[in-house]
Amino acid sequence: MQTLIQQVLNALQLGSVYALIALGYTMVYGIITLINFAHGDIFMVSTYVAFFVGTALMSQLLHLPGIVVFVLTMLAAMFATALLAVLIERFAYKPLRQAPRVSAVITALGVGLFLENFTLATIGPDPRFLPKFFPVQTFTVGGVAFSNVQIVIIAVSAVVMLLLDTIVRRTMVGMAMRAVSWDKFTAPLMGVPVDRIISITFAIGASIAAIGGTLFGMVYTVDPYMGIRIGWWAFISAVVGGIGNIRGAMLGGYILGFVEIFTPVILPASTYRDFVAFSLLLVLLIFRPYGILGRPVAQKV
Amino acid sequence: MPVLQIRGLTHYFGGLRAVHDFNLDLEPGELVGIIGPNGAGKTTVFNLITGVYRPTEGEILFNGHNLVGKRSDQIVSLGIARTFQTIRLFKNLSVLDNVRIARFARMSYGVPAAMFRLPKYVREEAQTRERALELLDLMGLSEQATWVASSLPYGLQRRLEIARALATEPRLLLLDEPAAGMNPGEIAELMDLIQWIRRRFDLTIILIEHQMRVVMGICERIKVLDFGETIAEGTPAEIQNNPRVIEAYLGEEAVA
Amino acid sequence: MKQPSFSFLSRILAPLRAAYESLPPSVRRWTMPVLLVIFFIVALFSPAFINLYWQQVLIYVGINIILAASLNLVNGYMGEFSVGHAGFMAVGAYVASILTVWVFPRWGWGEYIPYLFPVALLVGGLAAGLTGLVIAFPSFRTRGDYLAIVTLAWNMIVKSVLENIDAIGGPRGFMGMQKLTSVAWVYVWVVITIYLLRNLVYSNFGRGTLSIREDEIASSLVSVDTRKVKITVFVVAAFFAGIAGGLFAHIIQFINPRSFSILKSTDVLVMVYLGGIGSLGGSILGATVYTVLLELLRPLQVWRWVVGPLLLVLLMIFRPRGIMGMQEWRFLVPREERVETLAALMERIRRKGEAVAAPAPVGGSSD
Repeated sequence: MQTLIQQVLNALQLGSVYALIALGYTMVYGIITLINFAHGDIFMVSTYVAFFVGTALMSQLLHLPGIVVFVLTMLAAMFATALLAVLIERFAYKPLRQAPRVSAVITALGVGLFLENFTLATIGPDPRFLPKFFPVQTFTVGGVAFSNVQIVIIAVSAVVMLLLDTIVRRTMVGMAMRAVSWDKFTAPLMGVPVDRIISITFAIGASIAAIGGTLFGMVYTVDPYMGIRIGWWAFISAVVGGIGNIRGAMLGGYILGFVEIFTPVILPASTYRDFVAFSLLLVLLIFRPYGILGRPVAQKV
Repeated sequence: MPVLQIRGLTHYFGGLRAVHDFNLDLEPGELVGIIGPNGAGKTTVFNLITGVYRPTEGEILFNGHNLVGKRSDQIVSLGIARTFQTIRLFKNLSVLDNVRIARFARMSYGVPAAMFRLPKYVREEAQTRERALELLDLMGLSEQATWVASSLPYGLQRRLEIARALATEPRLLLLDEPAAGMNPGEIAELMDLIQWIRRRFDLTIILIEHQMRVVMGICERIKVLDFGETIAEGTPAEIQNNPRVIEAYLGEEAVA
Repeated sequence: MKQPSFSFLSRILAPLRAAYESLPPSVRRWTMPVLLVIFFIVALFSPAFINLYWQQVLIYVGINIILAASLNLVNGYMGEFSVGHAGFMAVGAYVASILTVWVFPRWGWGEYIPYLFPVALLVGGLAAGLTGLVIAFPSFRTRGDYLAIVTLAWNMIVKSVLENIDAIGGPRGFMGMQKLTSVAWVYVWVVITIYLLRNLVYSNFGRGTLSIREDEIASSLVSVDTRKVKITVFVVAAFFAGIAGGLFAHIIQFINPRSFSILKSTDVLVMVYLGGIGSLGGSILGATVYTVLLELLRPLQVWRWVVGPLLLVLLMIFRPRGIMGMQEWRFLVPREERVETLAALMERIRRKGEAVAAPAPVGGSSD
């Protein structure tokens, strides 16, 4: 029982990160129906930003409390990654908006590989660790051990997701996003600045990934290829939940978190987790191609 | 015996009723028109006949074959061909290829025969090439056989779409607003063309059309749809004098 | 399909071409077979005058041509977006390797392995072709982005399964293959692949494949059995990817699941789109240029891996159809499908044509 609760906590922690990244995939898909395969690598870049900023702040401004450094680091990562995403959109995707859909998807794949290999070439393959922003404390309640870091990850993610859901449903920007996603030809006629809304979507998606990146970096190591695996898993989360659907992405993220943590419990080795995740994806796509919360799109004849 | 028998054809899109209780008996060689305002369900009827949608209710019999539940390509190879409201040619392919693709079901060689250029492949391909070119010649498109389809002028694209439909060797041809976007000269030419192919290929034709001139000019029988319901049926003269039709459809024109 | 117009090249070669065209057709017929045989002899004796390194580069060029041409069938001709070609390659590589390393020796055929190599490759190809069905069936229901995800998942699953089968080395990989792949073998397989694919492309199935790319619904409404075409295309493409995998395994002599990751698939994608979609000539060109380019960039070390992706992005933005998208080299077009042959045939038909033609079109048209 205790190990079960322990595992559930672990799954929630991992699922939170997947969900945060999945949101970026799903938002971009929702608005311009592009699978932004570079998103996982944008997440990777965010962890590097967090690493450099965090390390610099911790070494020079020691008098700042850890929690402040943590927040500053996260904000820096969010800003830098949002900027990167907007630039990518502007220079790589925007020219292709009228081109066949496939062109943009291939471009996204290319951008992702570029980011990976560029990071590899400039920073090198060695794994890095984010500095400890605050001392890790472990609590034990009824035999279940959990750390303050774990709580921070789960709580911050939940708050961010609630916030995003509110933004999309209740604010003008959110309404504009939904308008563009619904009909990008009519939206400009209603005075919605489509280009700016698309940029904002990329920026929000990337900054949420950066939040996920900073949180992720507090627990795991950072390397140039981390975006591939985490990115794919987040991407599967988005598809499982129904790509284009924000709540679907959150749900999918947690589902994949549970898949990852519980696969080794059921199957002999953790190496099966990719197999399980992708099989899940394949089966789901065959029987429910639009994901758990997604809606089918009618074909016009 | 009728070529086509449609009984109680009904189709819903979600909660929206697109076609309700549509019935039609088509004798061989007939030319029947379907008219009605936009959204009346005309194209949906075509989509149901050709297997693009599966009807919610009703049955469609074509020469004794039940079409409900069959795939589009199976239905087409039984002898039903159609054109589209908005031209749907294979734009980047040649005019000749557009026509040859429509002979897919009429060719019997398999993949290995194609890959190894077996005699059967060579024979059938030569035959198809020739028949397709003959058809293009017949339809007045011989000059343009090697052109890319999208480079044809609009009128000829319409013509190619009809040629492509004919290449499937249909018994029944469904024409979906063939006169859309045409000028009066082209419309007159199209009317001649439709009557000519009917005789030449011994066809039964259903024609959906907005242009009253076309329908009234060449159809023997007309069905009028409105909101998915059949509101009138009869000869052009009867339809023109039917008060319900005038109200639902010809209303504005009659007043003007 | 149009023939390419390399105006610069054709101007230089014009006199040569004129001289060639003046030869009688009965002589010209033999040009291609003779050239192929000459090249084969050159390939056969190439180890005598090409160093080991460039032999290897040539072999990679050949393998990549097979990969690119077969993927082009799916992505270029059919207009689907498969990202999982390396998955099929992996199946072919492992099956062929297991045959030459375990099965043949165990059956006491050890000494004949060099002669049995084609058999191993074919079996590997067939196994890969069979797995092509895994993608073909989902493609009936989904297309576009979703099918891309299916192919991607397929690639990941293959890799993951291979990592978990300990008997074939798991993540450590599989080795013990002899160096059976030679320039001559690769050359033969490239010629076979291109010949068979070219025949397929210019057949009924090839036209059906193109029509699916152009408009799938319209294509089924002019009698194309889209399921049959999709099965054909995915199985054939997977088959050749499997062949390429077998050749690959027997040149590097060590394979592990990571050799067939999504990165490998992306490499093939770059070659296809660099060369041009819907063109076998394009794939030959794309695979050659990209492979040689990467070799020439070797001094750049890790930086050279930045080149491929960057190239892909720039290509998509500035030349999405690739070097020769939708165009074909003349020698790859079957004689009876060349424009002048068709024109001559049309002329003959027109002359014997019926007096009663359809009402003629009125001049040009409205727009």
